[in-house]
Amino acid sequence: MHIVVCIKQVPDAKNVRIDPETNTLVRQGVDSIVNPHDWYAVEAALLLRDEYGGKTTVMTMGPPQAEEALRETLALGVDEAVLLSDRAFAGADTWATSLTLARAVEKLGPVDLVICGKQAIDGDTAQVGPGLAAHLDQPYTTYGRRLELVNGDQLRVERLTDFGYEVVQMALPAVVTVVREIGDPRMPGLKHKMRAKKLEIPTWGAVDLDLNPEEVGLQGSFTQVVKVFSPPPRSDREMITGEVEEQAEKLFNLLRAGKVPGL
Amino acid sequence: MKAKVDKEKCIACGECVEVCPVEAIEIVDEMAEVDDSCNLCGLCVDSCDYEAIDMPEVDAPKTEDLESYKGVWIVAEHLNGEVHSVSYELLGAGRTLADKLGVELAAILIGDQLQDAAQQLIGYGADRVHLVEHTALSPFNDESHSQVLTELIRQKKPEILLAGATAMGRSFIPRVAVAVETGLTADCTGLDIGEDGLLYQTRPAFGGNVMATILCPNRRPQMATVRPMVMKKRAFDEQRQGVVEPFTPSQEAITSRVKVLETVIQEQETARLAEADVVVTGGRGLQKAENFDVIEELALLLDGAVGATRSVVDEGWKAYSHQVGQTGKTVSPKLYMACGVSGAIQHVVGMQGSEIIVAVNRDPEAPIFDIVNYGVVADLFEFLPAFVKKINEKRGE
Repeated sequence: MHIVVCIKQVPDAKNVRIDPETNTLVRQGVDSIVNPHDWYAVEAALLLRDEYGGKTTVMTMGPPQAEEALRETLALGVDEAVLLSDRAFAGADTWATSLTLARAVEKLGPVDLVICGKQAIDGDTAQVGPGLAAHLDQPYTTYGRRLELVNGDQLRVERLTDFGYEVVQMALPAVVTVVREIGDPRMPGLKHKMRAKKLEIPTWGAVDLDLNPEEVGLQGSFTQVVKVFSPPPRSDREMITGEVEEQAEKLFNLLRAGKVPGL
Repeated sequence: MKAKVDKEKCIACGECVEVCPVEAIEIVDEMAEVDDSCNLCGLCVDSCDYEAIDMPEVDAPKTEDLESYKGVWIVAEHLNGEVHSVSYELLGAGRTLADKLGVELAAILIGDQLQDAAQQLIGYGADRVHLVEHTALSPFNDESHSQVLTELIRQKKPEILLAGATAMGRSFIPRVAVAVETGLTADCTGLDIGEDGLLYQTRPAFGGNVMATILCPNRRPQMATVRPMVMKKRAFDEQRQGVVEPFTPSQEAITSRVKVLETVIQEQETARLAEADVVVTGGRGLQKAENFDVIEELALLLDGAVGATRSVVDEGWKAYSHQVGQTGKTVSPKLYMACGVSGAIQHVVGMQGSEIIVAVNRDPEAPIFDIVNYGVVADLFEFLPAFVKKINEKRGE
């Protein structure tokens, strides 16, 4: 079985700060990390490989330095990696991103299963996994918490819903996104770390994927960001002072005036 | 492609250099210069007070017959015929958009045995309900529902399509967008029609640190998912008239490669969190798991849900299902009470859409106080019992 994991390198939100004078986002000097949800996708792939055998490949689309993110996951025991990097890919929306990833999955040859994290913490769209499945015209499911191979060619997935959970089953090849209930990602092993450092990672650009520059990146995107702005700070802030009793009374009155139900 | 600098307007103030997340901008010879590492994020455009920097223009190929796409659609979500409140919120938002454009507002209802639900949707503002009923379409199935919706869109051609940014909406709508080859904006918190007649879609971006307004100028329909609890529903009008129009999908459309073997309904804290009018959250200031009692008492009193920060969940004081924030749940209740919460950005992005935010914290310098409506500097172990007592005394007065 060949399993491909798609990951994304994202800025570490913990270190993002707002410049208090200009009220703009300062992202310079912020570390890049592997999108936290993607670790569960890596773990899900490794669990399946450990149980049923086969090969795992990790893939990301990003700038050249995204190679670092790939090596981090290789250190956990992923077998191979591919970097999709090209100036033409910059500014891609989820349409262009999922199209690019789909072409890369096709280029990898017969792939049985693609696993993604449920969403990336910078964009938070959760659209790339389902979009990728649509471009590949494969069945998919989302929010998987348990994956199991049935009869060798069917994937059974227990998935979270807003109202509980569901068990679904589909024939491979397929796409699935997973949540943290998959299980904590394993620690990097020394042997894998050594290999991760040295392994040659191919870089594929638009040409390698038979894509025109007009189909990828900003040019291949259907949505356009026309404005980016900082949400206005709350100008109506009120600090409630006094003794605790007094504070409780004041807050109660303010919340009642604000029509909070139950008061 | 990269950001463009207008040499006439740039005064080399360096503001864009500061905000660029990929360090692609430098001041060279009294001019901002963008190098090839630009990832076209657009943050610099907003930072420039002189309108000297802009994104390159792109022009995606137009949807064929673009002008023939008319009307606003919302996708109604339901569980065995019981309509999810986000659908009514979508009708509220959709009504405003449709009225601005002078077009019809329709709801899409897919499943089985849904006549009652269709009438509900009309009462909440739909002019028309496209009703698709078939035993094969219940329970909900990502693949068949997306195929049916795709067929409907191809035949009826709406200009705008809105769906809830719920687990269900976020799972099946992206597939529809790819199938009809159009753009999709996730998790919108604001929608408006511009003078150009386009849908202006505003959503948090960059981990919720800034807002971005997004257009889909050349493709139809313009599609967006909308966060629950953000838009306002209208009052139900029993007298309201509308048309229920049955639609018969093709056999292919109702056939899914994904079989739903089992559907289990469990009352979950995550669901409670998303729907509750009041969320009371405990942070590290609670010091230990047992101290959550004070949070739970207040939440119970206000018929609210209990939230937790990431550090509290990591400590094992509360289950992940309670986590609010970037890697947890996003909530936007009427009242959000953060108790002993410092206010890290990754938490704030999960609750900043709340209508009234109250923080209780001993530290007057805690960043949480930057985003509150009401700040209480106090020991939460003293304040919360006093507040609970006050509510018991005064409510109903």
